[in-house]
Amino acid sequence: MSFEYVLEMNHITKHYGESTVLNEVTLRVRPGEIHALLGENGAGKSTLMNILFGMPVIHATGGFKGEVKVAGEVTHIHSPQAAMALGIGMVHQEFMLIPGFSITENIKLNREISKPNLVSRILGHELESLDHASMARDARAALDSVGVDIPEDTLVRTLPVGYMQFVEIAREIDKTGVKLLVFDEPTAVLTESEADQLISVMKSIAARGISIIFITHRLNEVMKAADTVTVLRDGKLVGSKPISQTNLTDMAGMMIGRGEEGIVTAPSREHALSGKVALKVRDLFVEMPGEAVRGLDLDVMEGEIIGIGGLAGQGKVGLPNGVMGLYPATGNVELFGEELPLNNPTAALAKGISMVSEDRRGVGLLLEESIEDNIAFNAIQVKKEFLTNVGVFKIRSGRSIRAHAREMIRNLDIRCTSPTQATGTLSGGNQQKVCIARALTMNPRFLFVSEPTRGIDIGAKSLVLDTLLRLNREQGLTIVMVSSELMELRSICDRIVIVAEGKVANILRPDSPDADFGLAMSGIKAQEEQTV
Amino acid sequence: MAERVVKRKDLREAARENLREYIVTYVFLALSVLFVVVSGRPLNDIFSQIVGRLSRNLFIVLALIIPIIAGMGINFAITIGAMAAQVGLMLVINWELEGITGLLAAAGITLPLAAFFGFLIGSLLNKMKGQETIGSLILGYFANGAYQLLFLFIFGNIIPLSDKVTIVGASGVANTLNMMGGGLYMAIDKIWSLPFTTALYGVSAVIVLASLALYFLKKISLKRLLALAVPAVFLSLVVLLVPPVYQVVKGTSVPMVTFLLVGVLCVFNVIIMRTRLGQKFRAVGQSRTVANAAGINVNRVRVIAIMISTVLAGWGQIIFIQNLGTLQTYAAHEMVGLYAGAAILVGGASLNRATNTQAVVGTLLFHILFTVSQDAGKNLFGNANIGEFFRVFIAYGVIAVALVMHTWRSNAIRKKNSLQA
Ligand SMILES: Nc1ncnc2c1ncn2[C@@H]1O[C@H](COP(=O)(O)OP(=O)(O)OP(=O)(O)O)[C@@H](O)[C@H]1O
Ligand SMILES: [Mg+2]
Repeated sequence: MSFEYVLEMNHITKHYGESTVLNEVTLRVRPGEIHALLGENGAGKSTLMNILFGMPVIHATGGFKGEVKVAGEVTHIHSPQAAMALGIGMVHQEFMLIPGFSITENIKLNREISKPNLVSRILGHELESLDHASMARDARAALDSVGVDIPEDTLVRTLPVGYMQFVEIAREIDKTGVKLLVFDEPTAVLTESEADQLISVMKSIAARGISIIFITHRLNEVMKAADTVTVLRDGKLVGSKPISQTNLTDMAGMMIGRGEEGIVTAPSREHALSGKVALKVRDLFVEMPGEAVRGLDLDVMEGEIIGIGGLAGQGKVGLPNGVMGLYPATGNVELFGEELPLNNPTAALAKGISMVSEDRRGVGLLLEESIEDNIAFNAIQVKKEFLTNVGVFKIRSGRSIRAHAREMIRNLDIRCTSPTQATGTLSGGNQQKVCIARALTMNPRFLFVSEPTRGIDIGAKSLVLDTLLRLNREQGLTIVMVSSELMELRSICDRIVIVAEGKVANILRPDSPDADFGLAMSGIKAQEEQTV
Repeated sequence: MAERVVKRKDLREAARENLREYIVTYVFLALSVLFVVVSGRPLNDIFSQIVGRLSRNLFIVLALIIPIIAGMGINFAITIGAMAAQVGLMLVINWELEGITGLLAAAGITLPLAAFFGFLIGSLLNKMKGQETIGSLILGYFANGAYQLLFLFIFGNIIPLSDKVTIVGASGVANTLNMMGGGLYMAIDKIWSLPFTTALYGVSAVIVLASLALYFLKKISLKRLLALAVPAVFLSLVVLLVPPVYQVVKGTSVPMVTFLLVGVLCVFNVIIMRTRLGQKFRAVGQSRTVANAAGINVNRVRVIAIMISTVLAGWGQIIFIQNLGTLQTYAAHEMVGLYAGAAILVGGASLNRATNTQAVVGTLLFHILFTVSQDAGKNLFGNANIGEFFRVFIAYGVIAVALVMHTWRSNAIRKKNSLQA
């Protein structure tokens, strides 16, 4: 090999209309290294990767300036096909899977294994018949190598989000001739243990000589996995250094231009809880693949922030999804003393429950519509808010929507040009903030938030937690927060429920010893009953 | 226990889902029964008409399936395929080619013509993604203009033709081309035709034997074997043992080769989906973005889908015309796209999902209504013309409803998704 870098992107500049989203950025990746790419939401990471992968959005918006060298040679990548031909694979920030296809069909999409037949001998290899058995075998092997044990003929539509991510990675691994893989926030939808699993998969890929560009907002993952780190801020290169010459605080500083933000901590309060039950769950079963709930009982008190933690696959995510009616469920659920019908999302919304789903990458946002319309959408549809009377008609009140959207943009630090920007043109993290804003706009009596800070940069993280805390303290909103980051739960929750094997393993206080959390997560209740 | 409860709910939910999805089909089923009763026509007469209509119409309807699966909606531009076929037929009559040779020649001319037009249509539809159904409808009308020009002025004047297809003193190709003389009339149908009963027993026997053989060769499961063999045996037994049914079907004869061609197309539609190309059709149909990111040339796949559909529709038109025996030069193609599109929608297909069964069931129901609507109109309103209006009304009505339902459903899904997050 006569080249030092498998990839060089030199002096890349990209404009979207008026705004310059990349300005003379340079990125150099060595063979076989894991190269972390860091930056705040909207810093330009995904844009840089879209350029590398020849995504149509880049060329439809006037292309870019700069030079891309792959394996030492200058190349012009005009399409994903061209990128693939050069041995570049990509796991996009949005899912690139076909929901109606099986895992095998997705892994082998456009790389199907086929057998010649009579017709194909005459009309060409497009007409060869698929060899489902061999395809399934390859898919199985790829799934095994990323440690996923779900049957390969499962429809992708029915998979939980975390598994979809692994399917995408399995697809990239299955490709031959790959030199460079781009993972755009692969861990954003993963729990901590799944993320660890992913990191070990990445290391074994890198050990085979394949380079990896790894985008994440979790700095500890960077420390664990990466060899080199490059940081962008506002579309400019801040710096690039080997991991041995940096540390958490240094990286955080490079990203946001100041030291690491302290994580929010709620002043501990002795239970000023009303003592009334807000949500009563009895004998709840939820059929959510990979996150099944099996006979869960729980009382959520009015006015508290209750955290739901636990390992991946134990059912903590199944609880909000079951109560909201998004997955088939049985059992008894009462909300503020009234029975809540299950399997009926509209009823749940109408009763004043709102939910920020863990699965919010792109889904659920109307991507062509503006930020303000997205924020107001549910409130207009379900609660008939933001309407003014004009004679006998009700019309949308543009002014109040605008004012509200501006407030949300400020509170959550949504990086955008204006409230009328289309959500489809926001960066991934900022799209998620719009999802949160929309749920809060419903003025819910009861809020489920699932993984609220995933994919959100370290600076904005505390803003989100802060907002939740303020809504709770100022408006008495009852919040159930599902998170796989224990730190986050302990920072603002009044009580923390640990779910194991689909049931409540224990309910702990945020200041309970680490050991108790560890025990509860493995399904063991601490000796000393801690009913708070 | 929880699992069982969930299952029972699933069943009821599935029934409701089925009703919601096939509401159009059920309404048409009810209408068909009603109209058949009201028309007062003898059943054996209706039955033999329906068999005839199925034999000449099914092929074209089946030609719509691939573009639907590729996410391009209903390809109303199959009309253009029919025009290509009519060019072929006209030339064949002009050259005085006879019988099956003549039809094969027409099919041979249709292939490159329709493929070329399909390429143009596909390329144009790629410029209007999301609006393909309307786009293809308009393209069909537009092409009709070009077709008129071709047949009225270019043929006969610039390209000389014999007096077989022109009228002395008038410009262009004659209005009506008679195919009775050249032995083109029913050239396919006549090859081999059997009484319905014989055909049914024969086909049933073949199905039973073939599926048994496949089962013992372990190519199909027991369930599949039963699903194939039981209906075949059952139908034969009904005809054999229930005299009223026998009375209805006994006078009808079946053009075996025509139906064989239809069968081959059904098998083709299934088999192609199991090839690399078919996988691309399905992927592009479900998500252009994902397909593109996987390196599939989306535009090319869509063009291929339309090309195949256009060629098949052309061949379907040849089958149709040989059965009629006359070619209405300036009208024969006009309703092709509309009627075929309506038929497949009646069968429960939507703008993004279609199967062979839906095509067959839809064609059956649509043509039952067609056959009896005049008599039903006469008996109900004392006016046969009302039945005639009714046909056109149904065809446009079904399509309008399907378009509205499609938009409505995709909006509902969009809304549901956004409420969840
Ligand atoms: N199609 C588009 N049209 C206009 N602006 C766009 C478009 N796509 C992205 N942008 C803008 O480019 C900037 C960089 O976005 P990018 O997606 O690269 O951010 P990112 O670093 O990946 O952030 P995140 O961590 O949130 O994913 C953002 O300000 C975004 O609004
Ligand atoms: Mg991004």
